[in-house]
Amino acid sequence: MIRFSLSGLKPSTLFRVRGGVHPETRKFLSAGSAIEAMALPALIRVPLQQHIGAPAEPLVKQGDLVLKGQLIGRARGPVSANLHAPTSGKVIAVGHFPAPHPSGLPVPTITLRPDGEDRWGPRLPRLRPEDAAPEEIAARVAEAGIVGMGGATFPAAVKLNLRGKYPLHTLILNAAECEPYLTCDDRLLREHAEEVADGAGIMARALGVARIIVVVESNKPEAASAMRRHNLGMGYPIEVKVVPTQYPMGSEKHMVKAVTGQETPARALTAELGIVVHNAATAHAVHLAVRYGEPLISRVVTVSGRGIARPANVRALIGTPVADLIAHCGGLSGEPEKLLLGGPMMGQPIANLRVPIVKGTNGVLALSPSETHRSAAMPCIRCGSCVQACPCGLTPFELNARIQADDLEGAAEVGLLDCVSCGCCSFICPSNIALVQGFNFAKGRLAEKQARKHQQEETKRLAAARSAREEALAEAKRAAMAKRKAEMAAKKAREAAEAAAQPDGEVVK
Amino acid sequence: MKLPQVASGPHFHSMFNVPRTMVAVMVCLAPATGFGLYQFGWPAVLLFAVTLAAALIFEVLSLIVAGRPVLPFATDGSALLTGWLVAMTLPPWAPWWVGVLGAFVAIVIGKQVFGGLGQNLFNPAMVARAMLLIALPVPMTQWVAPMGLKDGPGISEALRITFGGGPGYDAMSSASVLGHVQSQLDAGRPMPEILSSMASLHDQFFGLMAGSLGETSALLLLIGGLCLVSLRIIQIVTPLAVLGSIFLLSGAAWLIDPEHFVPPLFHLASGATMLCAFFIATDYVTAPVTTAGRAIYGAGIGALIWVIRVWGSFPEGVAFAVLLMNAVTPLIDTYVRPRIFGRTRSGKPLPLAASAGEKP
Amino acid sequence: MITAAASMSALGLGLGLLLGAAARKFHVETPPIVDELEALLPGTNCGQCGFAGCRGAAEAVAEGTAPVTLCPPGGRDVALQLAEVTGSDCGCGAAGGADLSGMAEAEPMIAFIFEDHCTGCTKCFKRCPTDAIVGAAKQIHTVIWDACIGCDACVEVCPTEAILLRRKPRTLQGWYWEKPAQPFATRGTEAVS
Repeated sequence: MIRFSLSGLKPSTLFRVRGGVHPETRKFLSAGSAIEAMALPALIRVPLQQHIGAPAEPLVKQGDLVLKGQLIGRARGPVSANLHAPTSGKVIAVGHFPAPHPSGLPVPTITLRPDGEDRWGPRLPRLRPEDAAPEEIAARVAEAGIVGMGGATFPAAVKLNLRGKYPLHTLILNAAECEPYLTCDDRLLREHAEEVADGAGIMARALGVARIIVVVESNKPEAASAMRRHNLGMGYPIEVKVVPTQYPMGSEKHMVKAVTGQETPARALTAELGIVVHNAATAHAVHLAVRYGEPLISRVVTVSGRGIARPANVRALIGTPVADLIAHCGGLSGEPEKLLLGGPMMGQPIANLRVPIVKGTNGVLALSPSETHRSAAMPCIRCGSCVQACPCGLTPFELNARIQADDLEGAAEVGLLDCVSCGCCSFICPSNIALVQGFNFAKGRLAEKQARKHQQEETKRLAAARSAREEALAEAKRAAMAKRKAEMAAKKAREAAEAAAQPDGEVVK
Repeated sequence: MKLPQVASGPHFHSMFNVPRTMVAVMVCLAPATGFGLYQFGWPAVLLFAVTLAAALIFEVLSLIVAGRPVLPFATDGSALLTGWLVAMTLPPWAPWWVGVLGAFVAIVIGKQVFGGLGQNLFNPAMVARAMLLIALPVPMTQWVAPMGLKDGPGISEALRITFGGGPGYDAMSSASVLGHVQSQLDAGRPMPEILSSMASLHDQFFGLMAGSLGETSALLLLIGGLCLVSLRIIQIVTPLAVLGSIFLLSGAAWLIDPEHFVPPLFHLASGATMLCAFFIATDYVTAPVTTAGRAIYGAGIGALIWVIRVWGSFPEGVAFAVLLMNAVTPLIDTYVRPRIFGRTRSGKPLPLAASAGEKP
Repeated sequence: MITAAASMSALGLGLGLLLGAAARKFHVETPPIVDELEALLPGTNCGQCGFAGCRGAAEAVAEGTAPVTLCPPGGRDVALQLAEVTGSDCGCGAAGGADLSGMAEAEPMIAFIFEDHCTGCTKCFKRCPTDAIVGAAKQIHTVIWDACIGCDACVEVCPTEAILLRRKPRTLQGWYWEKPAQPFATRGTEAVS
């Protein structure tokens, strides 16, 4: 039902993507306000896991004094990220604190009390990317703890190291920002286009690609024109492509399809097509890390929604409590119906204002009831809106029916695992069915089942190893016993023989 | 501060919901209905009101019996819409109990027995129409010529017609267009002669001839349907498929033998074709969900309508065509699926080489 | 009359013989399901079921003398799998039935050692079927969560009652959204799929 056609846009440069929805973007709430700095918060909480992969290993303990930019958590394993102190101060706790996550479960967190001086420690040595080897650039990005800042938080260095594995040719810089309300990438491009372009150039060099495409949605003309003015990053030409405003244009694989016409196979990486997608904010962070040796300790966050007194874009330190950000923006106006980290389509609801923002937090939204259009849920009327809207070509109503009937395997058969949880189906559903929550539940349950099965096998292996070991021990014991017995018997026999031999000695002779 | 409840995303919603959708359909149906009511006068108005009220009452009763919440379902508009569609298929001067019976069959047997909103396999209004047509062949085929609200019977006379069960009114003898054509063809008269003896295509298109409420003004139904399309409540593909397949089949037959086949435009303008194409074949619950599935479904309905009209024993075949295709809907939904992103139609991941080959 | 009765009897006798012969000739030994059942069980021989090891438990289930719900560490999943292999004659129905409903609630348990009470006697460490307890003589022992199956064996042998089974703590990695309540769900009906 909801389809977009590309007529009217530049022909031959864009390709059709199936499905999608056109929610009200409401970006005007914050799009006009320039990125502003904010005062140091009273406390900073840095969770050890702000990225996909293994949590970082804490390098500080309670009572330690740290300087701004000091390494306080070291990446553990190949997919992990470093953590740095966002400001100077004292570590007052290394323990558990509720995560910026809907579950509110406690996670290992380093709590800092800023000393107010914001004193820099030694920065990373400067690197001239023009002369640096690609490996050096990737290593620097890893050192700076940079992760994908669009929300996926995949360690950026891992993606920069794909050079040898796949024949790469294009870097796509994702500045589509298709989530409603969010304007942080828009403002970043408008105000720091040159730095973003340079960061993109640095990444292109690390990846060994010659083509850079910046993708901007059509509702951000200023950002697009700013990028067009700075269309060279480290000498690499930068193409700016304006795509139609349509959710979920910012989804990596859909963006690749819209821009290049190539469809990434299921369960494959875009890198297998030779294309790597990075977020625009990540490019900015790479620029800061490589040119100035600044690790990732702050980011631009959009604080918006009609529940916020003064919506704004704020450059906030990682670990700033949500309450401080909201207070900086004039506080809440009335009781919000939803408090979110991220955008309204895929953001995470939180129930605790003291949780910190992390590297992947691009928005803090307080939505009033007038914005959410919530109405009572009804049974499915098979209208097919979800099927038309699904950008992945799934049949959400059918998945939901199977999940409700506890047939999770059946749901997986009709494509549950190809769902990206973009939320188009739930958004459009006239019956207001919580489709995405059902899919998230089913995916979690299936993963848990998988893990349990794995554990069962592991248990079996352990038990088998144990019984084998015990058997071997018993065998060894038996062997030792037998040996001793044999020795004893032999000895006895010898003695007996000797005893017998003595009187008959003459005979033998 | 009270913190909001935590639920999974998305955290805001489009403006569409079930009651709004139902209301939009009713609004789009209103012009044609209003014109029909005007044409057939007070008896039609009374019958319409009785049918709608009965539909709502049966809905509430069923919900109470089933132990389901009454308020959200009774106010979602689906029962009213079903009652409305039933009323559209009745002869406008039929006695009140025909309307009540139709509402009962539609709501209780056609919908609630299956489990209520969204659960029925067959279109409730068409179940009612088919059942009435078979059970009550006489009252269901007594048509009146349109005479307008002013020239028709007054309120008291209308009350007698609808509720009194009095003897048929003089005008009752008029036959519907398709019924007339069929009886004339059976009598062995050639098509051009039949056509010249009856209401012109123009009259049919504007609804100036005998028939049920829904068979009158093809034009107003078309306008209402196009409004639904522009509101994105229905997809244009279903009506196009229905009308297209009727047009193609009847056109081909007519070209081959104009003596015995009704011309295609006649098919489109007469009977409940427009009502079916825009308001019945597009019923969410009983139609397939994918665009391709809807095309197949619509084309099937169109073909069946034409077949039943030409060779069936009933002059009008919309109800049976829709019911037959309803039965095929689950099959269509099982086999006609969208292609999953990144996968081939058979569900395997796309081959890398092939997709890389599309490189611009 | 007599011929008819005689011919019918002869026919019946002949066919009966044929059937009997066929049953002998094509007799197939019912495949022993004990091995299959044993493969489904955790194989830790923890003894919680009261049988001598998982093999014993599998034999008992195969004979029908033990319910499919006998294995606490296996939980609902194993019970369902066992029920599937043994068929619906286990009295628990195809979909789980009343017997399994109690098991659905059972959450994975895990052993905790109160370090204050632990004397380092190594008894638990020797008894653990999955080597999930590490420690040495006179040292405090620790449980490796990933390997612990919550089988209760260590709790039984601990002389100082320093071991307790607790519910496995929920972590962020293992967290997922709850199943949303279906609005006005009708009994036993769902959208035609």
